[in-house]
Amino acid sequence: MQRRIDTEPTHTIAGYKVRMGHPIPFGATQVAVGGINFAVFSRHATACTLVLCRPGETEPFAEIPFLDEFRVGNVYTMIVFDLNIEEVEYGIRMDGPYVPHEGHRFDQNVILLDPYAKAVSGREVWGIEPEPDQYHHHLARVIPDDYDWGDDRAPHIPIEDLIIYEMHVRGFTRHLSADVKYPGTFTAIREKIPYLKELGVNCIELMPIFEFDEFEYDGTNPLTGDRLYNYWGYSSINFFAPKAGYAATGRLGMQVDELKTLVKELHEHGIEVILDVVFNHTAEGNELGPTISFRGIDNRTYYMLTPDGRYLNFSGTGNTMNCNNPVVRNMVLDCLRYWVAEYHIDGFRFDLASILGRDQNGHPLANPPLLEALAYDPILANCKLIAEAWDAGGLYQVGSFPAYGRWAEWNGKYRDVMRRWLKGDQGLVWEVAERIQGSPDLYWDRGAGASINFITAHDGFTLRDLFTYNEKYNYANGEDNRDGTNDNYSWNCGIEGETDNPEINMLRHRMIQNAVAILMLSRGVPMILMGDEMGRTQHGNNNMYCHDAPFNWLDWTLLDQNPDIFEFFKQCIAFRHAHPVLRNKDHFYHIDRVGSGYPDISWHGTQAWQPNWEEYALTLAFMLDGEHALNGAYTDDTIYMAMNMHWDEHQFEIPALPEGLQWHVFANTSPNAPQVIHTPGEEPVIEDQRFIIVGSRAIVILVGR
Amino acid sequence: MFTRLLSVPDENDNMMDINITRIDGIDVIELVGRFDTNSASDVQETITPLAKPGGKILLDMSQVSYMSSAGLRILLMLYRTINDHVGHIVLVGLNEELIDVMAITGFLEFFVIAEDSTQGIALLKKIKS
Repeated sequence: MQRRIDTEPTHTIAGYKVRMGHPIPFGATQVAVGGINFAVFSRHATACTLVLCRPGETEPFAEIPFLDEFRVGNVYTMIVFDLNIEEVEYGIRMDGPYVPHEGHRFDQNVILLDPYAKAVSGREVWGIEPEPDQYHHHLARVIPDDYDWGDDRAPHIPIEDLIIYEMHVRGFTRHLSADVKYPGTFTAIREKIPYLKELGVNCIELMPIFEFDEFEYDGTNPLTGDRLYNYWGYSSINFFAPKAGYAATGRLGMQVDELKTLVKELHEHGIEVILDVVFNHTAEGNELGPTISFRGIDNRTYYMLTPDGRYLNFSGTGNTMNCNNPVVRNMVLDCLRYWVAEYHIDGFRFDLASILGRDQNGHPLANPPLLEALAYDPILANCKLIAEAWDAGGLYQVGSFPAYGRWAEWNGKYRDVMRRWLKGDQGLVWEVAERIQGSPDLYWDRGAGASINFITAHDGFTLRDLFTYNEKYNYANGEDNRDGTNDNYSWNCGIEGETDNPEINMLRHRMIQNAVAILMLSRGVPMILMGDEMGRTQHGNNNMYCHDAPFNWLDWTLLDQNPDIFEFFKQCIAFRHAHPVLRNKDHFYHIDRVGSGYPDISWHGTQAWQPNWEEYALTLAFMLDGEHALNGAYTDDTIYMAMNMHWDEHQFEIPALPEGLQWHVFANTSPNAPQVIHTPGEEPVIEDQRFIIVGSRAIVILVGR
Repeated sequence: MFTRLLSVPDENDNMMDINITRIDGIDVIELVGRFDTNSASDVQETITPLAKPGGKILLDMSQVSYMSSAGLRILLMLYRTINDHVGHIVLVGLNEELIDVMAITGFLEFFVIAEDSTQGIALLKKIKS
C-alpha cells in the first residue's frame, strides 16, 4: 500500500522527527509504524511539553515542546516518529499561571499524567512502595487496543434477569484459602468462574478498577500498627487505565490484555461485568493534595471551584469533578465508550452519581446534560447504567434521579426498610410491600428493572455482621470509631459480637436466610455482596476501605464453616432463575390481567386474602400468580411467601390454589422446620394445604403446581 | 530455555535469526534471539509468505531469549493469516512462564502447543491438508 504523506515528519525538535498531529482522539494513538499521535487538551495553559521516559526509569530521555503552530484550539497535538511503544512512557509538562485564587495551579516542574492514558505506570505490582520522591510519578503507556475478541458476544441479559455479585478484585482471591495461582488478580477471578456459576450469579460488579494509589493514606491501624491502604480504590488517578496492581501481568505492562481476557471468559460463561466507576472526584484531593494529572493540566476545567478558587467538596474527599463542564463531560463519555468498545464492559454503577447532575457551581440541574448524553449515547446503548443516586453534599435522589428511561438506581430505601423489617421494627408493613413489588412508588414510570435491590453492599456491615452487631466497631480505621455510618439498622440477636451460644448462632443464620429469601423474591434486580453467601464477617467494622489484610480478604474456609448459608443462597438464586414470575419487567397491577382468576400479586396475612396493614403488623404474605409470568406469555408456578418477623410463631392460612394444583414447600426457616431449603423443582408437597406454621422470625416459601 | 523471558531487554542483544527448513511438507521455523518490536517486522515478513493455503508451520521458539507483548501480537497476527488460508500452525519450545503469560492474556487459546519439534511435526502430519 502506498504510504500516506502524513507518515513523513515535517520538523525535528530536540532530535526527534515530528509533525503536526490530529487533535482527536485525545491521548496517545499509534498512527503509523513507529509514529505516535499525541493530543492533550488545556484551555488555560500557555505551553505544553511532551516528556518521554523509558519504562522503569524516572529521568526523561527526551522533552519535546509542542510548537505553537501544533496547537489546534485548546488541544496540543503532535506526531512523534521512531518511538517504540514498548520502550516508551510519556508525561506532560504544562506551563501556565499559578494563581490559586483564580483557580489556576499550573506548575511546569511537575510531569503530569495524561488524563487519557490507557495504561499507567508507577503501581505495576500491588503493595510495592515507591521511593518517597516518586510517589506521584505516574506516566502513561501507549496501548495498541488490538485485542482479538474472537467470537465474544456480550450476554445482553435483560436487567430484570440479573443477579449482581458485588466484588472486590483483590479481596475475592487474595486470601491463601482461595487457592489460586495468582492471588488477588484479574486472572484469578477466571479460576473462580466455576464457583460463581455454582452460586448462580450472572453479573459481577467490580469495585473500582481504574488505576488508583493504594498508598494514598498515611495512617496506621491503631490496633495492629499495620499501615492503612486505599484498599477499595474509590479515588481514581485516571479513568481509562485498569489498575495494573490487579493484574498478574501488571509487571509486564499487560494488564489491559489480562482484564480483557477475564471479561471474554466471563462472557463465555454467561456472566456480565459491571464496573463501579468513580467520576465524582479524583485522588488529587483538596488544596493540599498532590498534583498528579488534572490539577496541573487544567484545574479550572476539571474541578468545581469556589469563586476564590477553592475546591468544592460534594464527594466528601476534598474535590469534585466538574462533570457538567462540556470538556469534562466529553471525557466521561469518551471513557465509558472506551470501556464498552475496547473492554466489552456490560454496564456501569456510578459512585455518588448525583454529583454528575450538578452544574459547574454545584447546583442540581433539572436536565443534566451528562446524564442525558449517557442515556442516549449510541455506543452505550445496550449497557446498564446504575446510579448511586445520592452524594456527600446532601443531594438524595433515590426515586427521582434524572433517568431518561435508562438509568437504574441502587435502591437505598430497599436496604433500609428491609433491614428494619427483618429485625422486627414496626410501622413498616406498607413500605415493605412497596419494596417487594419493585418500589412502584419510586419507579412506576421506569419499571421494576430500575430498582437495584440490596440489603448489604461494600459500604456498611456484611450480612453476617448485620445480625451480629448493634454498633459499628471501626477502631482499626484510626478515626476513633467516628467514620462509617451509624444508621446500620442492625440487630445482634441478643449478644453483641461473636458467641458460642448455639441458639443465637442458629437465629443469626436464620436471619441471614430470611434476608436473602426476601431479596430473591422481590421484584427488581437483586444484588449481593461478595462473601455474604458464606457468612463473611468484618468483625463489626462497617467501613473496611483501608485494610489490605487477611481479615478483609474473603476467607474461603467459610464455605466449610457455613455450608447452610451457601446452600440457601444457591437454591434461592436457582429459584429466582427458575421462575420468570419473579422477574417481570413491569410493575404489578393487582388485578387479573390474563384470565387466571387470580390477580398478578395478592397480599395476605395470617388469614388468606386479609393482609394486616396496621402499624404494629409483623406478619405479611403474598402470592404471585404463575399465569402472569412474562405478562401472561409463560405459565409459571404460583409462588407464595409468608414472612413472620415477630418473635412468636404464627399460623398462616394459605390461599387456595385452582383445582388440581398443590402447594409444595421450597423454603422454611422456622426453627423446627424439617428441612430449610429444597432444590427448585424437587420441592415436596405439604400435608396441610390450608395452614402452615411459620416459626419465630422465619419465612416460608411455597410453590403451587 | 528462556533465560530472560519478558524481562528487561538487554541493549547488546537485539538481533534475531530466523532459520527455515522444510521437513515432510512442514515449514519448520526456528526463532533465535529476541522477539520484540524490533524483530517483529522481520518475523512477520519472513513467515507471512509461508502462510499458503493449507500450509503447515511449526514455530520453534526454544531459542527465543526474550519475548515481549509485541512478539505475542505478531504470533496472533500470524495465526490469523494462517487461519485465513486454512493453514495450521503449531508452537513448540515455550517455557512454563511464557505459556502462563499467554494464558493470562488470552493469547494461548488460539494456538496448538507441542513440547518439542518431533511432537509438533507429528501433530501437523496428522492434519490432512
